[in-house]
Amino acid sequence: MRGRDSHVVVALTLALIAPSADAAQGPSPPMNYLQAFGGKAETIANLTWALLILSIVVVGIIAILTFAGVVRRRTPRPATEAERQPIAREEGGLSWITIGVAISTIALFGAMAWNAYTMAAINRSPRDPALTIVVTGHQWWWQFRYKNGDPSQIFDTANEAHIPVGQPVRFEVETADVIHSFWIPALGDKIDLIPGQTNETWFEARQPGVYRGQCSEYCGRQHAHMAVTIVVDAREDFEAWRVAQVRPARPQAGALAGAQTLFIARCGACHTVRGAFAGGRLGPDLTHLMSRRDIAANTLPNTLANLSGWIADPQAFKPGAKMPVLELPGPELATIREYLETLE
Amino acid sequence: MAITNYDRPLDLEYVRPQPTAERDLARIWEREPGLWGWLSTVDHKEYGKRYIATAFLFLLVGGVEALVMRLQLAGPDKRMLTPEQYDQLFSMHGLTMIFFYAQPVLTGFSAFLLPLILGARDLAFPRLNAFSYWNYLLSGLFIYAGFAMGYGANDGWFNYVPYALKQYNPGPNMDFYALGMILFGVSSTAAAANFVVTFLRARAPGMSINRIPVLAWGTTTASFGILFSVPAVSLAFFMLWTDRQFDTHFFNWAGRGQPLLWQHLFWIFAHPWVYIVVLPAMGIVSDALPIFCRRPLVGYTVVVLGTVATMVMGFGVWLHHMFATGIPYLALSFFSAASFVITVPSAVAVFAWIATIWTGRPVLSTAFLFFAGFVVTFVIGGVSGVMTAAAPSDRQLTDTYFVVAHIHYVLIGINVLAVMGGLYTWLPKMTGRLLDERIGRWNFWTVFIGFNLAFLPMHWTGLAGMPRRIYTYPEGLGWSAVNLITTIGAFILAVGVLLLLINIAVSRKRGFPAGSNPWGGATLEWSIPSPPPPYDFEVVPVVASRHPLWEEELAEAGGESSVKRGLRLDNGKEMLATTALDAEPDAIVKAPEDSIAPFVAALAATMFCAGALVLSWIVSAIGFGLLVMSLLVWLWPRRELGQIAEARGG
Repeated sequence: MRGRDSHVVVALTLALIAPSADAAQGPSPPMNYLQAFGGKAETIANLTWALLILSIVVVGIIAILTFAGVVRRRTPRPATEAERQPIAREEGGLSWITIGVAISTIALFGAMAWNAYTMAAINRSPRDPALTIVVTGHQWWWQFRYKNGDPSQIFDTANEAHIPVGQPVRFEVETADVIHSFWIPALGDKIDLIPGQTNETWFEARQPGVYRGQCSEYCGRQHAHMAVTIVVDAREDFEAWRVAQVRPARPQAGALAGAQTLFIARCGACHTVRGAFAGGRLGPDLTHLMSRRDIAANTLPNTLANLSGWIADPQAFKPGAKMPVLELPGPELATIREYLETLE
Repeated sequence: MAITNYDRPLDLEYVRPQPTAERDLARIWEREPGLWGWLSTVDHKEYGKRYIATAFLFLLVGGVEALVMRLQLAGPDKRMLTPEQYDQLFSMHGLTMIFFYAQPVLTGFSAFLLPLILGARDLAFPRLNAFSYWNYLLSGLFIYAGFAMGYGANDGWFNYVPYALKQYNPGPNMDFYALGMILFGVSSTAAAANFVVTFLRARAPGMSINRIPVLAWGTTTASFGILFSVPAVSLAFFMLWTDRQFDTHFFNWAGRGQPLLWQHLFWIFAHPWVYIVVLPAMGIVSDALPIFCRRPLVGYTVVVLGTVATMVMGFGVWLHHMFATGIPYLALSFFSAASFVITVPSAVAVFAWIATIWTGRPVLSTAFLFFAGFVVTFVIGGVSGVMTAAAPSDRQLTDTYFVVAHIHYVLIGINVLAVMGGLYTWLPKMTGRLLDERIGRWNFWTVFIGFNLAFLPMHWTGLAGMPRRIYTYPEGLGWSAVNLITTIGAFILAVGVLLLLINIAVSRKRGFPAGSNPWGGATLEWSIPSPPPPYDFEVVPVVASRHPLWEEELAEAGGESSVKRGLRLDNGKEMLATTALDAEPDAIVKAPEDSIAPFVAALAATMFCAGALVLSWIVSAIGFGLLVMSLLVWLWPRRELGQIAEARGG
């Protein structure tokens, strides 16, 4: 076992023992949901904890009862034909069932009541959501459209969505192809994206941080590489981010204008860059690509090396991904990457 | 099954004294030697063993698939398998274990044991039994033919649309799966109908409804479940196939079909299926555990009622597989509550087993160890099921490795452990030789430790948020160490399974002779030699209590069961039919002789589906014609069954 792994095990164990400790750093491990970072997630986590503890207690009791029964009552070995205990019908057995089932049923009904309470509590957001985001799943990336009453304020982004802290956010989830499932474990439960219907969910985050999620309904070859990041910002940071995202890409001059033309020719059929004449809708919106932490549905950190490698051969990182290998000559690749670097 | 009419005037020619040679039961019931006899036999014992052997073959194949996946998942970012290879492996692993191991292995136990524990000479429809076995084998080969050609199922055993539709899945992968499942549905339906009728009409006289062993109850309850649930999935797979081939748009939203319709049709089948693959296994434990505790099962009546109640309720909880699909709040509440309540009858069984241990004198044989281990793993699989019954928690847990752990506790913990214990108990009845107890202990402990090492930490993997069905995962998410532990556990479990096979192979030649009743069991199968003669029972036993062989010790019966004296029924292949509730003798029935027709019919049905697979209607038409012809041969009225004579007697 490698050092890091054992560290993670310790962290997980700690997280299980003391769910509220060390919460400022975000969930650890990043995808666990026993530590909650929002009201809804907490309500669910409490129920999950209760059921988990109840389950462990029940298993413990049954295991002890079985083991003790075997040890106390066993026939001495070796038991040959002659030494076998005689067959006996002893009374009293039925009370085991009566008492055991009675206790289990009481525990079960308690759990059911808690479950009903939780379902009612999380069914609707306690306050009107401040923000509605349309989530569209694609094989194998996420599209976010920030709704707004003012059409000029609507914008798209991909794979990384920012939300303000302390405010409920509504998500309308749809799919462009097959079924996916939208899930940010530390903030709330999952909701499936199903063709032909718009499902809704909501959550609110209690503290700023970076929260990882992942598609959790099998959706094809790259289901494994369909992660998503929710960045929870302080309100003013969120507003600054939002204003920046609404802006189109800045106009280019000189050498970069040529680069932009090349980008449009090579990439514009699938990708959108607002402000440039690239309006493709098959792939993620790249208008503010460099503001994102990761690329390729959070498969790779967004570094220049990764960006070059990804453009050169996406199939090496995500075999089966819809982005083709364009076999760009080296200079073109460098030019396109230079252009992408301007998309902040 | 033909029924002889008692009121018919005696046909003196018919009752003429026959030479002893003609009345030799072995000669009447034995199959022909050679390959022809092997293919045409209708002996339930033969097919019971074949079912178990074939199911274990599929278990091995599915197990190897699992081990390959476990190597890929042993550490982060491994690149041993391509995504497509991984997708086919997890899909084939799932459908192999669920459809081609878990249910057929129990069908094998039932096919072998049901007539023996009920005191009959064969199942009600021996030829149908042969047909359902051949159909099962061929449907498995059909689906694996696709896998061998590189077209294995790749959308999981649950096979959600639209990914399974042609638009996203253009290869023939899904067609192999869809048509293979329709074939498999025919097989399981035939077996289920056979078990139900056998249970109702072929019990020994006196085996009234309150004296039937729990295994028979489990089998019959599961069979009713099959009869009611399989039509949904056969229909769903047929609709999927027409959607793929003829654009019928049942499921395709582009044509305003409903993707969720697939999920409803699939889960209204697949949730009952979970109970179908565990209820007979629970029956195995309820019948065999008391033998080793040297006392009757505590709470027979409530355990049987619990079995039936579980199956009935099992049809009302399917939506808990779909809690995250955005279903309305009210439906959510109902199905969530129902999923909690269904655990109550299972709790009855658990406490019945524990009470049986506590008030008995357990003999710690290997079989007993498996059953005692089973009780604990049963509860682990049960409580994790309760956690997923809570809709809000389930929407966190579902599609994570928590559910993978849960389903393996159900399928290995409840099915495999019971089956292994069942083999240690009843394999001596099948082969005549005991399994080795020393290897048996090693076998139990490697299986038990390997299984728990692999799957207990897997609950953690799920709570740490690892989604299912991903071919790889990055570092730093807290999944690496637990996955490595699971891989190690999986290989230990595999060693345990190999030990069982070694034990079986060794004991076939060198095992201690079992005798008729090696464990001192209470039910009818222990009254006949091991292995049983072709005719099972020399005379039809008459039963006066729930434990015919323990009557002296228990003094529970008013009368006395008779297993040595009774009707010999030696005028051709004859069995006794009894009434459904009280098992009073009703009629002497003629069992059909051996026939190649069931085998040919199964081949023809497979040919029909193969034609549909390649859209070659000529092949399908020939297959259909062959099917009709073989059914005609199969069902043609025969004088020796009394069918022609009866028609004349009118």
